[in-house]
Amino acid sequence: MIKKATVVVLILVGLLFSYVALSLPPTGDHEAPAALHVSPRYIEKAYEETKTPNMVCAVLADYRSYDTLGETVVIVVAGIATVFILGVRRPSDEA
Amino acid sequence: MRKGFGSIVLDVAFRHLAPFMILYAVYVLVHGHYGPGGGFQAGAMLGLALCLVQLVQGHDAKPKWGLGMTAGLVLACVGALIYVGIGLAAFVWSGNFLDYGVLPIAAIPAEARALGILGIESGVTLGVMGVIFVIFDLLTRDKGQGA
Repeated sequence: MIKKATVVVLILVGLLFSYVALSLPPTGDHEAPAALHVSPRYIEKAYEETKTPNMVCAVLADYRSYDTLGETVVIVVAGIATVFILGVRRPSDEA
Repeated sequence: MRKGFGSIVLDVAFRHLAPFMILYAVYVLVHGHYGPGGGFQAGAMLGLALCLVQLVQGHDAKPKWGLGMTAGLVLACVGALIYVGIGLAAFVWSGNFLDYGVLPIAAIPAEARALGILGIESGVTLGVMGVIFVIFDLLTRDKGQGA
């Protein structure tokens, strides 16, 4: 019973997603809302403001440096957590 | 991994391979301004160079080429601290957090930004390198070796 209900719900959600996907802008559309907000300013000003020819690098490490700081901290925290999980010396290992 | 993995052939081969891996990683880091590359990729390559050393030479090799686990962890934390430190340094010259344009390291703010980007990418490189090496070292650790 629950399985059938799950399948029905999944089909409905899939239909909903397909309907929404039809109204998405096509790939590479320069009139899409995502390309109208801050992207033109980055493209026009990135070299002037950061002297970095690689626009991806300028956005990643300058305009969006908070985001990159978070990524770095997440990676370091993952390393520390690995040490805590795998680096412990258990009494049963001594033998 | 207490004992080394390799024979004499691997030992000689890695001595020729490791310097070029490290050199190419530094190239990828510095070239991030002009093309594909940057801190994360360079860190992965440096980390793999260290893992190769550990794999071939083992933990107890004399003279010691690779890092220990503690040194790797310290390097990772130093990398994150370099990033945060450059961000905080902008406060001294009354800028916003991570606003490297105000740092007095170049004639015009735009060039200071380029240098600031290189600085934080170096921090990212150290962080990624240390973490990859620490995880590899922990997974290949012998039973009962402890931290």
